[in-house]
Amino acid sequence: MRVNFVLSEVATGLRRNLTMTVAMILTTAISLGLMGTGLLIAGMISDMKEIYYDKVQVSIFLADDVTDEQRSAIEAQLSDSPEVANYLYESKEEAYARFQQQFSQQPELVENTPPDALPESFRVELVNPERYEVIAAEFPNGQNGVDQVRDEGDFLDRLFSLLNGARNATIAVAVVQALAALLLISNTIQLAAFNRRNETNIMRLVGASRWYTQLPFILEAALAGLIGALLAVGGLVLTKVLFVDKTLAGPIKAGIIPPVDWGAIATIAPVIGAAGVGLAAVAAYVTLRLYVRL
Amino acid sequence: MIELQHVTKLYPASARPALDDVSTEIDKGEFVFLIGSSGSGKSTFLRLLLKEDDPTRGTVTVNGKTLNTMSKWQVPKLRRTMGCVFQDFRLLRNRTVSENVAFALEVINKPHRTIKRVVPEVLEMVGLEGKANRLPHELSGGEQQRVAIARAFVNRPLVLLADEPTGNLDPETSEGIMLLLERINRTGTTVIMATHDYHIVDSMRRRVIELNGGQITRDQTRGVYGVGR
Repeated sequence: MRVNFVLSEVATGLRRNLTMTVAMILTTAISLGLMGTGLLIAGMISDMKEIYYDKVQVSIFLADDVTDEQRSAIEAQLSDSPEVANYLYESKEEAYARFQQQFSQQPELVENTPPDALPESFRVELVNPERYEVIAAEFPNGQNGVDQVRDEGDFLDRLFSLLNGARNATIAVAVVQALAALLLISNTIQLAAFNRRNETNIMRLVGASRWYTQLPFILEAALAGLIGALLAVGGLVLTKVLFVDKTLAGPIKAGIIPPVDWGAIATIAPVIGAAGVGLAAVAAYVTLRLYVRL
Repeated sequence: MIELQHVTKLYPASARPALDDVSTEIDKGEFVFLIGSSGSGKSTFLRLLLKEDDPTRGTVTVNGKTLNTMSKWQVPKLRRTMGCVFQDFRLLRNRTVSENVAFALEVINKPHRTIKRVVPEVLEMVGLEGKANRLPHELSGGEQQRVAIARAFVNRPLVLLADEPTGNLDPETSEGIMLLLERINRTGTTVIMATHDYHIVDSMRRRVIELNGGQITRDQTRGVYGVGR
């Protein structure tokens, strides 16, 4: 196969339908960018689940006026309970220290909070996190030195369903955009084939192989897909540098949100690239098979 | 060499068949005129030989191969054994004469060395040796048709199909083109030419196959265009 011939055909094709090519590249880029964002959010969600779910499932906050007997009674009950896998006592001082660390980016909040404002608590990990009700029943609120029993898992579930929703919405938009991109690719290829119908007719008549005739068109689409993918990866890098690393710096430092690291982007980039090139090439091939006589 | 057996071709848009139970045989090295009014089935006949279309019924055999059962991937191979010339020349406007001819070889992966050697040869044969670097629009109609013939013949096909090759040319120019086709025929290439040009048919006295409404109404070895013209 004559590489020069194929490449010059590709270049001519892309140049001849410049507006369509640009539209095709941009749509592909947006679609792939959203897909990448969706993948990053998915990765972030699983990171966050590791951070949160492992730490705590149920918190038993103690009342301010809890007595030492009441505290040891609760502790004894926890260590005897078959439902409890593990528990941890957090004193007022420890709670305050953790609070200071978590909100180190908001010093005025820390300054305005007196050290004894935070309650002492037992952080309880359940054998089965679903059995929160059982623990809640064992330690009724407002009795025996217990102020409140809170199912942290419930809060996390809601948080994660929100994040999952965000991820799904992103991927849904990515899919719609991908559909638009595929149609644009198909359209551009049909136009390109029409523009080059003289050449392809002659190629057909002199017995050029189907591959020889089709390859320039497929490469043209694949190249546009690749450029789209590069733009998408560029977009993700910019999003990380300008939005995630700047605007979300506080919560990330405090360990509330996991950071988006370069490794994650480096892992996703080839996936995006392969998806861009692969989908574009397949769309072009199918278009040629269905709509274009070569 | 070429054989049609009870070939019928129906196009979806038309109730009347373009070819209606046509059977004929053309031997290697023959020169055949395909005549008949517009819509009589001449172009369909040529298209079936190129496997641009498949017959609705019947079998088409070219060079010992049955086209009906040929897979799509083998079609290019078939076409490399055939050359085509058309009324409208079908040259690439932005390529020179020699590039137009070379294009036909490049796209079937002929080595550069071969292309460099055979393109000037074939241009000399068709009488365009001094015009290798001209663009098509700088040539006369007759010269453009010679380029098209050079392109069709450069790969030494077994069959040359010509669909009204003189349709756009004046009588003198046409005569030159016919001499060229005769010369190609003398090298052993089968030539099948669809035409309306009775001067040419009458003066050459070659085999004439006349189509009328998709049927062969006459097949004469040293025929003329016909009385009913």
